Amino acid sequence: MVRTWLGLLLVAACTAAHALDPQVVAKLAAGDGDEKAVAVSALAASGDPRALVVLRALADGTAQVAGTRVLIVNGDSGVDAATGEAVSPLPDGRDDVVVNNRLRGEIDRAIAALRLVSPDRALRAAAVKELGNGADDSMRPLVGKALSAETDPDIRAALAQVAASLDLRSGDKATRIAAIRLLAESGNPNVQSLLAAAAQPSEPDADVRREAAASLRLVESRLARAQFAGLLFSGVSLGSILLLAALGLAITYGLMGVINMAHGELIMIGAYTTYVAQNFFRAHLGGAFDWYLALAVPASFVVSGAVGVALERTVIRWLYGRPLETLLATWGISLVLIQGVRTIFGAQNVQVENPAFMSGGVEILAGVVLPFSRIVIIGFAAAVLAAMGLLLAKTRLGLFVRGVTQNRAMAACMGVPTARVDMWAFGLGSGLAGLAGCALSQIGNVGPDLGQSYIVDSFMVVVLGGVGQLAGTVYAALGLGFANKLLESWSGAVIAKIAVLVFIIVFIQKRPQGLFALKGRAADA
Amino acid sequence: MKRRMFVNALAMSAMLACSALAPRIASAEDKTVKVGIMHSLSGTMAISETVLKDVALMAIEEINAKGGVMGYKIVPVVVDPASNWPLFAEKARQLLTQDKVAVVFGCWTSVSRKSVLPVFEELNGLLFYPVQYEGEELSKNVFYTGAAPNQQAIPAVEYLMSKDGGGARRFVLLGTDYVYPRTTNKILRSFLHSKGVTDDDIMEEYTPFGHADYQTIIAKIKKFSSEGKKTAVVSTINGDSNVPFYKELGNQGLKATDVPVVAFSVGEEELRGVDTKPLVGHLAAWNYFMSVKNPANEAFKAKWAAYAKAHNLPGADKPLTNDPMEATYIGVHMWAQAVEKAKSFDVDKVIAAMANQSFKAPDGFLVTMDSKNHHLHKPVLIGEVKADGQFNVVWKTPGPIKAQPWSPFIPGNDKKKDEPMITAKKS
Repeated sequence: MVRTWLGLLLVAACTAAHALDPQVVAKLAAGDGDEKAVAVSALAASGDPRALVVLRALADGTAQVAGTRVLIVNGDSGVDAATGEAVSPLPDGRDDVVVNNRLRGEIDRAIAALRLVSPDRALRAAAVKELGNGADDSMRPLVGKALSAETDPDIRAALAQVAASLDLRSGDKATRIAAIRLLAESGNPNVQSLLAAAAQPSEPDADVRREAAASLRLVESRLARAQFAGLLFSGVSLGSILLLAALGLAITYGLMGVINMAHGELIMIGAYTTYVAQNFFRAHLGGAFDWYLALAVPASFVVSGAVGVALERTVIRWLYGRPLETLLATWGISLVLIQGVRTIFGAQNVQVENPAFMSGGVEILAGVVLPFSRIVIIGFAAAVLAAMGLLLAKTRLGLFVRGVTQNRAMAACMGVPTARVDMWAFGLGSGLAGLAGCALSQIGNVGPDLGQSYIVDSFMVVVLGGVGQLAGTVYAALGLGFANKLLESWSGAVIAKIAVLVFIIVFIQKRPQGLFALKGRAADA
Repeated sequence: MKRRMFVNALAMSAMLACSALAPRIASAEDKTVKVGIMHSLSGTMAISETVLKDVALMAIEEINAKGGVMGYKIVPVVVDPASNWPLFAEKARQLLTQDKVAVVFGCWTSVSRKSVLPVFEELNGLLFYPVQYEGEELSKNVFYTGAAPNQQAIPAVEYLMSKDGGGARRFVLLGTDYVYPRTTNKILRSFLHSKGVTDDDIMEEYTPFGHADYQTIIAKIKKFSSEGKKTAVVSTINGDSNVPFYKELGNQGLKATDVPVVAFSVGEEELRGVDTKPLVGHLAAWNYFMSVKNPANEAFKAKWAAYAKAHNLPGADKPLTNDPMEATYIGVHMWAQAVEKAKSFDVDKVIAAMANQSFKAPDGFLVTMDSKNHHLHKPVLIGEVKADGQFNVVWKTPGPIKAQPWSPFIPGNDKKKDEPMITAKKS
């Protein structure tokens, strides 16, 4: 029934090359789900350039219906969808054409089919990719035509895959087996399900079944490798976030021995600084909005660092060597900071928008998309780590910090102003926390409680890595990132969190000094 | 059973004692009556609950402007339980015993409702709960103005299985780890079994409150969906975790045409500030959407926009309404109507007067309180996310449907009565 309909529509569409059949177009607006779907495939099969315009209008939501007439409306002007004639004035009582998911899928594929012959290479490549996610049988002639005309080898290969996935369902045994062999090279999850269906016992032909099973194994192992690569990436990504959050603490707690419970709030202040920088750009430099991070990164470092220095001068310096009092005092400070931010910015989360270049992702393998935001954060963490390493190893301040850490009394004897070094080191650690906040604002929620969820993780990383060791912090952060993600994919997020905490408890019992311990007498100083 | 009777007897005697001792809730001299508003204004749930406080205040202002209820001016008492479940119980007790409020509008998560329930039953208070929930509860002291599972979850899954919904045959049940998602997913699993979906085709996943890293979960969903058959995700993620979830969904390019996600706790407010362009086509099931076109809704939206502007609320430049806001608004007005009908603020009299109350709701229907089961008869709407963060209604029931708080998909529920157990009358 549908096929005869389609045939009729095809004939109708072909005879009127420059005006689409108004009946078909009207069905797009007024028909039920099935009728709309049939009309969309008919438009695609027509290969008419006008069809592309109408379909795009449907996809963009600019198509409206007035009575039985479908219009493409752009502001105050509009054209008739079927004929392309301008309509003015626009009739009253127009209503948007409702497009649901099912129809949107059909439309996307139809647009892709029409674009297969587009002169623009990028459009063609995108169209083939879209059809790779499931093409319609009625598109086989279009695909065949495009395949014979295509010159670009990459697109040709992808197009051949699409054709093969369509041929897999056709009746001829030789064609099907050829298609199955071709599909063995695919890394597309949809092909996996197609092949899996052909390998089922319900498939009548034993040869097809055997071939499909063989191809399926190849596709599956390729997909499994891709998924593992994705898992590794998410491990590195979580590790980089943990590292950023913990780096500052590695200085204040690891090197200076200050149990800073307000570390999480310094992260939170960095995130709010980013929020303020974003608002400043939006209000005054709207055109350069994507560059707000260029201001936010240094600003969050400076603001959090300044808060840290103020804390050190007013509270912490009176408490060196008294860990319990430091813990209580900094915890109190953290509550003050949370409440302060709540009073200024409100208790609700604030929205930090990603710059455009940080939305979306790059597809490295079929089905594995690496989001740009996370790639940027991994790079950022690496850069911060390198800068920190250089600072500690190569500069005079770094030398002083290391000297004071290893033996305070001796350093003082050598003329190192230990009190001032403490202040700068604490400021540096706090500034790093601010940078972490800036990075976290790009992937998570920014609210007054932001720091609370990272303070435990940060201490975990520093303690696991070994107090006083930067290298240990790096290994611990990446290790915890991987462990968390592997466990999560295997047992779910709730259990993974518990398992990691249990592991750390057991580990600290067995090896209280952490992964890497300072050797020699310095450790006891 | 014996133990329950004993507990009931205790609660009963406590209740009697209280009603004898409690001074009058409405003050006759200055003609005012206090009502409590108990929503999290901070913490992980603040993203969803803050506006409910504001819309309740708006409804109260509106009633006061028309002369109050029975001539009494309503004085709201706002408390912040800070997304901290035990604190909900403390604040509820404070509202009922210290502030002596006539009624409380509050709670979002089921865990907070479960936390305050014993307090309301012990002190014979009155709670209006405005959010969709998992059912399996029917208290004399609570009116549920949100949806029961058969008014939201089950129609949504039926839609996903229909041809227009994409004909899904494989389901990921994804939620935050607490009572509402777990119970809803239990009901859905049993419902899916009844539709011939086997356990192999159902994946259940939970994340903690405030979870922010959805990379692995989305990778898992991708893998699950590539194993044949059309897959859909049913999300009962609550609170601010939704923002990173939807961001990750967009970034990883999981499109609604491949794997649609239908959410039960995501509305216009939660999507504020999320880039919705990659999310077009993902679904939400509610009893109201801001985009519904009817005169009652136009009036509601206009009132809210004016209120948000006048009180300089955050986000007043882009005022949004959503389903729990509508349910809160209905609740406040229905309570006022019931008080007028009962001619008293007495909890038991108001409860009796609530039966069959009706209200012209912004969803475009005349919604009615059931005569027995304390739930509203509501229409069910399914909407798809549009590029501007609004929802496009793609399916709806022809009229309001009756709530089934005891879902028939949970074994043993067929024996439960569709009305609260009244224990006080037995003595």
